[in-house]
Amino acid sequence: MAKTSMTGWLALGVALALGASAAQAQTAPIKIGELNSYAKQAAFTVPYRDGWRLAVEEINAKGGVLGRPIEVISRDDGGTTGDATRVADELVTREGVSLLFGSFLSNVGVAMADYANQKKIVYIAAEPLTDAITMAQGNRYTFRIRPNNFMQVGMLVEQAKASGAKRWAIVAPNYEYGQSAAAVFKRLIKESVPGAEIVAEQYPALGKIEAGATVSALEQAKPDGIFNVTFGPDLTQFVREGNTRGLFEGKTVLSLLTGEPEWLLPLKDEVPEGWIVTGYPWDEITEPKHKAFVDAYRAKYNDTPRLGSLLGYMVLYMIRDTIERAGSTDTDAIIKALEDAKFDTVAGTVTMRGIDNQSSMGAWVGKLVLKGKSGGMSDWKYNDGTSYMPSEAEVKAARKD
Amino acid sequence: MSLLAVERLNKAFGGVVAAHDVSFAVERGEMLALIGPNGAGKSTVFNMIGGQLPPDRGAVLLEDKAITLASPQERFRQGIGRTFQIAQAFHSMTVCENVQMALISHHRESRAIWTEARQHHRRDALDLLSQVGMAEAADRSCSVLAYGDVKRVELAIALAGEPKLLLMDEPTAGMAFRERAALMDLTHSIARTRRIGILFTEHDMDVVFGHASRILVLLRGEIIAAGSPAEIRENAQVRQAYLGNAPALTGAP
Amino acid sequence: MDLSFVAIQALNGLASASSLFITACGLTLVFGVTRIVNFAHGSLYMVGAFTAATLVPWMLELWFGPVSFWLGIVISALIVGLLGVVIEVLLLRRIYGAPELFQLLATFGIVLVLQDLVVQIFGPQDILGPRAPGLRAPVEILGRRFPSYELVLIAAGPAVLAAVWFVLRKTRFGTLIRAATQDREMVAALGVNQALLFTGTLFLGAFLAGLGGALQIPRVAANTGMDLSIIAECFVVTVVGGMGSVPGAFLAALIIGQLQAFGILIFPKSTLVVVFLLMAVVLAIRPYGFFGRPEILGGTHAVGIASRKPMARGTLLATIGIVLLACLPLIGDPYLLKVATEILVFALFAFSLQLLIGVGGLVSFGHAAFFGLGAYGSALTVKWLGAPMEAAFPAGLLLAALGAALIGAFVVRLSGIYLAMMTLAAAQILYAIAFQWVEVTGGDNGIVGVWPSNWVAGRSAYYLLTLALTVITVLFLKKIIESPFGYALRAARDSEPRAEAIGIAVRQQRWLAFILAGAGAGIAGSLYAFSRGSVDPSLLGIPTSVDALTMLLLGGIQTIAGPLAGSAVLHILRDQIMPLTSLWRLFLGLSIIGMVLVFPRGLVGTIRQWGEDRA
Repeated sequence: MAKTSMTGWLALGVALALGASAAQAQTAPIKIGELNSYAKQAAFTVPYRDGWRLAVEEINAKGGVLGRPIEVISRDDGGTTGDATRVADELVTREGVSLLFGSFLSNVGVAMADYANQKKIVYIAAEPLTDAITMAQGNRYTFRIRPNNFMQVGMLVEQAKASGAKRWAIVAPNYEYGQSAAAVFKRLIKESVPGAEIVAEQYPALGKIEAGATVSALEQAKPDGIFNVTFGPDLTQFVREGNTRGLFEGKTVLSLLTGEPEWLLPLKDEVPEGWIVTGYPWDEITEPKHKAFVDAYRAKYNDTPRLGSLLGYMVLYMIRDTIERAGSTDTDAIIKALEDAKFDTVAGTVTMRGIDNQSSMGAWVGKLVLKGKSGGMSDWKYNDGTSYMPSEAEVKAARKD
Repeated sequence: MSLLAVERLNKAFGGVVAAHDVSFAVERGEMLALIGPNGAGKSTVFNMIGGQLPPDRGAVLLEDKAITLASPQERFRQGIGRTFQIAQAFHSMTVCENVQMALISHHRESRAIWTEARQHHRRDALDLLSQVGMAEAADRSCSVLAYGDVKRVELAIALAGEPKLLLMDEPTAGMAFRERAALMDLTHSIARTRRIGILFTEHDMDVVFGHASRILVLLRGEIIAAGSPAEIRENAQVRQAYLGNAPALTGAP
Repeated sequence: MDLSFVAIQALNGLASASSLFITACGLTLVFGVTRIVNFAHGSLYMVGAFTAATLVPWMLELWFGPVSFWLGIVISALIVGLLGVVIEVLLLRRIYGAPELFQLLATFGIVLVLQDLVVQIFGPQDILGPRAPGLRAPVEILGRRFPSYELVLIAAGPAVLAAVWFVLRKTRFGTLIRAATQDREMVAALGVNQALLFTGTLFLGAFLAGLGGALQIPRVAANTGMDLSIIAECFVVTVVGGMGSVPGAFLAALIIGQLQAFGILIFPKSTLVVVFLLMAVVLAIRPYGFFGRPEILGGTHAVGIASRKPMARGTLLATIGIVLLACLPLIGDPYLLKVATEILVFALFAFSLQLLIGVGGLVSFGHAAFFGLGAYGSALTVKWLGAPMEAAFPAGLLLAALGAALIGAFVVRLSGIYLAMMTLAAAQILYAIAFQWVEVTGGDNGIVGVWPSNWVAGRSAYYLLTLALTVITVLFLKKIIESPFGYALRAARDSEPRAEAIGIAVRQQRWLAFILAGAGAGIAGSLYAFSRGSVDPSLLGIPTSVDALTMLLLGGIQTIAGPLAGSAVLHILRDQIMPLTSLWRLFLGLSIIGMVLVFPRGLVGTIRQWGEDRA
């Protein structure tokens, strides 16, 4: 193949040698394609890569799957839809991977879902949370492991009921993920808290929050509760300004993902205590299988796991199970092995619901507390995703297939 | 009817008066020199006639037709050609293409997209170039020409529009001494044979007194004298206010 | 809206304005003296933040107190200043002789390199800096709490303004900077050591960028997205204020700060677009910003396509090339065909930009606008009218041409860097529309399911279609370049006064060029949409415009083959480097910088120059 490519480039009038040479192993490995925004979203994706690498190592040490080792061919998706689909195409047509997984940003995930549908290859969305991937833009070939926006917001809103807060303010990044989470929140809060109203909404551009002005604007609306979707640098700015100006005092704050170490650690000792969040209290989970993962991870990387680490690890094991059950790497067999299948994972039993290809993986919900010099979660509970998933009727109404 | 009539042009920049009630006329076939010390307002007057600068007050008439506020393009169409103090030619083109470009515009073909520019009016362009003595350089790039040659090309460009009036801002600036005389002789003969009126500014007094039919003297935005070279040379006011050093009038600078 | 709220919001705006001014001030100084549009200025700001977020806590460990904090901030800024010197000495100094646009290309390379270096040096995680000792507690203003550090920031802007004013007015270095800003040739003629002046200016500019970044650490966690989030706003500030004008930058920053603080109250999603709207409005009214001045005539000549003898056997070679390309499906695998299709699409895109830059001398930083309009025009036709590809192509072309006509009408009144920035603003406004108007455009998910008709659904067929349309469009544009229209456009580029004096209606000519170039980019956009099956706002984004510029400049703006070669090289580089390493930005950036150094006229231009030198 390398040779034909070479001729091809020459035909283009460019003499750049291709270095593509697939070393032939004695037993050909099962190739799995992976793509993610390693350069642009390093905070989440680098631990995530460490997670799946750990899993690959473990699996191959135990003889791989179907008697063959697993080889993950990983690429940077550039963080844009154009780059992602091109890279995916390279993985599928050049490398001949059996399935694809990965991606971070929601809009890239949606583009990948469409790509999977068009090229009839299985794509497992690891991180993107937007509902669209399993609902309106969902298709037979696209699966998602993480609980989506609808599920995570549902878990948070449940907590909001107890607080009694009625006047809500929303702050969310202005792109697919933030808008989708805000929309779900508006709907669910009105359904579950009678008389709830949205008194202020702020949608700063991703990575460009004007935190002072945003905090003042929210404060001016005098909400009892705040729903936050910002993450990363926007979150740290928002928290600092909000803390200084006393925005959060006496208010219920619901916040998506803030309990995940990747977003919590940068806040250091300025953790906004009392926020109700979804997250990952890895240090307090005692369940043996999970603890074994945490220990192995810490031993290998000399670093604490992030949620991304767990996710990367879990996704790879689920892929192994799938291929094992499918008995081959044929796409239809893989889909069959995934749909409505139960997986025994580090985070407990997870079912891949067949009608929308959304897994029942749950999330840890708890309150933020300061533990020494950094934040953690208290009063947390693992909520299995099953009871928070969108109803079957809703799924059927939203999906085109 | 004068070829060009300039009536009471006024222009001020902030508080500085650059032109005050400037009036004069240019006749066909004459070479009128506009002189004055630096900052006298020559360029301002020139640019108001060329359309680069709108006057605050006053009028510019070409053959009795007001063109005071017309754009440079419109003036070109009315029959005004010009050369610039720092020669402006199209450096990325060959000498011949420079002139062809002017002919293309003159024939209103500059929106044509289906033909090759190089094929347009080449013969006419070569004709014009031979008039200014540049025919041999026709296919050289304009960017490699000596400055004096660029000035000649510029003259050919200006003539391509078949102008009635030619504005030449410092036509010999930056040229070697011998080139100057040659260029002005050439200009003079063109003005005579084509009955073109020429208005020019110039620093070189030899050029002015050797070639101008009439001279206007501008000082602080006002015309203080007008007349034949002989009259100007004898004008006491000019000597006093502008020249100061009388030898400059008779000898070489 | 009560008074105290308005006051607090105004203070919020002032604090943002100060930060923005300090950074943008450096950009405007560097531009004024060196005429380099430094895209890496935002990267220097980011390095300043990372350095301070690492250095200041360490210094506070040693001795806790305000002195350590502020000293740490200044040291960080100095380090960034030195980085600026390194960039100047190692890179920019070697290419001052090259056309100014190539220095721009080199700064693109620096942006990429610094992005990866920052991750390598400081790690992937955001770094939250310490709060300033003594300024942790808020102050009460009209019954509302306001961070005391923000008050310090509000004072810092005018303080920097005063300091810069002092340097510019009272030191010899400052006098030279001002002189160079007004007339670069004059300073050179006066025998001033230009290299030293430029190095000093780069130091000052980088120092200010670093200071701007370092001052952010108590409010913003140092993160790897900071460079791109600040640079666009810095451009807006410098352009609105007038390039090279420090007071102008200050005024512009004040206005932008207030617009953002109050804009989000009226339209909470406005942060994306409000600054670009401001820039578009200001430039429409004042073509040189608040205090900018027209460029002095007769300076450096615009570079671009020049007349030369037709290459011997050029037609034959081109025909052979096209035939070889048409044979590619016989030997290439599907992925190669996909890459080749993209190369052709982007070659066409870059080529359409060539008509503006190489022929018209009109540097557009927002060419993605027309590419995106073409793509969206097609996608919207498919989505809302259910039209087939055959109808969607003309629709894309039409929308792009209409957009170009509208944008061009505003743009052609401007010149130089202001023109470039107006196109950037236009593209950003379109980007915001595509992003916000979710009901029609699908927001940032864009529109999916834009697949070609059956007869070209196969990779090979679509590749051949792309090849055919690209060849036809390129030949058409080439014909235009050689036509009287193209010559008149070039005439206006070479000398605007001369062109006007021979009766060329320069603005109309340029406006038509915009429409033609827009239509060309529109075809490329439509082809791209169908090759990917989807469109999304990133097609209209700054990176897409930068891509087109990079390809064009890499290939060379003096030649017709330049953009075609540039597109192939950039794509292949990316395609080869991205799979090899996660440090692809570092290598891509280094490759670009290397090519700028080795091929200062672009690949094709330099190679041809070599050939001519040998002959």
